[in-house]
Amino acid sequence: MNIIVCIKQVPDTEHLHEVTINPESNTLNRTGIPSIINPFDSNAVEEALRIKEKLGGKVTVMTMGPPQAENALRETLAMGADEAILLSDIKLAGSDTWATSVALTRAIEVIGDYDLILFGKQAIDGDTAQVGPEVSELLAIPLITYARKIEILDGKIKVERVLEEGYEVLEAKLPCAVTVTKEINEPRFASMRGILKARKQEILHWNLEKLKVKEEEVGLKGSPTQVIRIFSPPPRPKGEMIEGENTEEKVAKLLEKLKSHRII
Amino acid sequence: MDFELNEEQKLMLEEVKKVCSEKIAPQAEQVEKEGRFPRLMLLASMDLFGLVIPEEYGGLDMGFLTWSVIAEEISKACATTGLSFGANILCVYPIMAFGNEEQKKKYLTRLAKDSIGAFGLTEPEAGSDAGSVKTQAVKKNGKYYLTGRKIFITNGGEADIYVIIASTDPSRGARGLSAFIVEKDTPGFTIGQHFDKMGFKGLPNVELVLEDCEIPEENLLRREGAGFKVAMDTFAAGRIGVGIGALGVAQRALEEAVKYSRERVQFEKPIASFQAVQHLLADMATEIEAARLLLYKAAWLKDQGKPFEKLASMGKYYASRVAMDSTVKAVQIFGGYGYTTDYPVERLMREAKLFEIIEGTSEIQKNIIALKVLKEYK
Ligand SMILES: Cc1cc2nc3c(=O)[nH]c(=O)nc-3n(C[C@H](O)[C@H](O)[C@H](O)COP(=O)(O)OP(=O)(O)OC[C@H]3O[C@@H](n4cnc5c(N)ncnc54)[C@H](O)[C@@H]3O)c2cc1C
Ligand SMILES: Cc1cc2nc3c(=O)[nH]c(=O)nc-3n(C[C@H](O)[C@H](O)[C@H](O)COP(=O)(O)OP(=O)(O)OC[C@H]3O[C@@H](n4cnc5c(N)ncnc54)[C@H](O)[C@@H]3O)c2cc1C
Repeated sequence: MNIIVCIKQVPDTEHLHEVTINPESNTLNRTGIPSIINPFDSNAVEEALRIKEKLGGKVTVMTMGPPQAENALRETLAMGADEAILLSDIKLAGSDTWATSVALTRAIEVIGDYDLILFGKQAIDGDTAQVGPEVSELLAIPLITYARKIEILDGKIKVERVLEEGYEVLEAKLPCAVTVTKEINEPRFASMRGILKARKQEILHWNLEKLKVKEEEVGLKGSPTQVIRIFSPPPRPKGEMIEGENTEEKVAKLLEKLKSHRII
Repeated sequence: MDFELNEEQKLMLEEVKKVCSEKIAPQAEQVEKEGRFPRLMLLASMDLFGLVIPEEYGGLDMGFLTWSVIAEEISKACATTGLSFGANILCVYPIMAFGNEEQKKKYLTRLAKDSIGAFGLTEPEAGSDAGSVKTQAVKKNGKYYLTGRKIFITNGGEADIYVIIASTDPSRGARGLSAFIVEKDTPGFTIGQHFDKMGFKGLPNVELVLEDCEIPEENLLRREGAGFKVAMDTFAAGRIGVGIGALGVAQRALEEAVKYSRERVQFEKPIASFQAVQHLLADMATEIEAARLLLYKAAWLKDQGKPFEKLASMGKYYASRVAMDSTVKAVQIFGGYGYTTDYPVERLMREAKLFEIIEGTSEIQKNIIALKVLKEYK
């Protein structure tokens, strides 16, 4: 089983509120904010490692991002991934989900030999949940989203897919793309040996030339969506505390207010 | 001189901090209140059992300084987990230092992976006076038969591999002691009484009952009569570990006290604004830093192959005192809430006391330090 896992580096959730918006350029200002691996992507890496440990094969982790995304890749090597690829090129900057998916697809085609491609169900910053589905379309392979359990059968994959109420069981032929939920597993901590090994391991850097994509297919130029305006929602107006001697009085005042606003 | 951790140590520490905050610390209260054995296997899965074990036996050969930096973090998150983890060293070290090739291959590889270790010296009549061990090892047909009782043994029952001190020649006293590697399932080896303690309720401290416990000859460490030396050297190295355990408890007390004193408001001000409280924090922080430096130096000397015993005794003696003082101060800063079990500082205070007792009491440490000093400056 050769498994490719696509991961995205995102701002640490604990620091998400520190991300500011640059209203001039319609971009997010993330400098100085610690990054983590998109949490669902850690589940994807863990699942890939578990499948490999059972069936043998190779786990390749890939991300498109700036040079510091190397740290995220190194973390996955420490967990036990075999190879890491960073798609990094100034011309990729400003890619929307479509252009991101084009770049990832080309990279997957360069790798060539794969049975399974894993994604997180969505990125916690972009939140579109589009990249996995788009890549599978571009590669023309089956897609199963929101996996909570994966089983590899002979040339096939069996997946429990989370629904609003319950789950459904689906089967698809390999190669196949799957996006995973948090429920699927608990990502391991890196072992000390893994950390020491990952420190010395080479991370492959691929640019547009290596991906054989044209400049106009990716980056801002290759992005059909344009961000017109980006803004923080206005802060919620402050609530009003209802004062009173005791609970009964407070409840009475509240009822009065609700009535006067014709809410009840 | 360089006080900076290297890149490898930093990366390892970062991951250990993560496991401590996500898994170890959240369980500390349960480990104490339910007397549950801590999750040592989680640490084993991260290769942490093999930190000081040479690479040829499956370890990482990172030395005692790296071990110390990591163990402080574990002890800070949960002192019981830290001490249980530390007690492994008392089994690893004597095999590393005194074992032959066969013994190292057989046992260190297991201890580096996921076997829990323990060390058994103390007996009802032999505590500080370690030379007066009564457990007997009688040799018959190429086998040793051990009979006697060990008490207080940390990790006892959970451990797979034990290093046990017994007398092969009672007429020679301390010089007649020998050290044996004993496996858990050996016939004649049973776990007796569990000791109920002031703190560390999740840490097994048990009686080992040995009745004609049959040990193959090849499980003797070094030679007959080397047992006292094995025990003393093991304690010397172990003192770094116990000192680090105390340091973790002290550091936790400081961090809890700082946090609480900033949040608790009295007389319309956070209590951290009162100088009397600030001075408690200042003393804690200063003493903790001093204890850390003593212990790091002991570990560094050990890693350099230099005499480290004096510094290890100083570090253990001082860090355990600092842990006691700091936890008492922390309870004071928490006021009435500090005396309740709703906050962790009362537990820390109960835990701190142990460090002044095990691995040689504070009095014994001072005896050792004084002997060294009297020799050094004569
Ligand atoms: C016009 C426009 C401009 C943008 N410009 C920038 C910009 O300059 N800088 C910037 O950081 N973002 C930019 N973005 C956001 C960026 O395009 C998206 O974050 C990215 O395409 C992924 O979408 P998402 O975050 O919604 O991921 P989702 O589709 O929610 O992610 C699902 C899964 O896809 C995989 N995945 C997602 N992104 C990557 C990746 N980069 N590498 C590997 N796997 C991945 C992961 O497995 C992830 O769990 C821009 C978006 C738009 C629309
Ligand atoms: C929780 C716990 C875990 C333990 N784990 C282990 C373990 O894993 N393996 C193991 O072998 N043992 C273990 N022990 C035993 C521990 O090491 C002993 O309790 C310790 O060495 C003290 O011995 P003692 O209890 O017999 O005290 P004693 O030796 O009876 O000491 C009583 C008092 O007399 C003082 N004293 C004794 N001799 C002198 C002297 N010469 N000069 C000045 N003062 C003196 C002591 O300092 C102390 O204050 C553990 C004990 C506890 C409580």
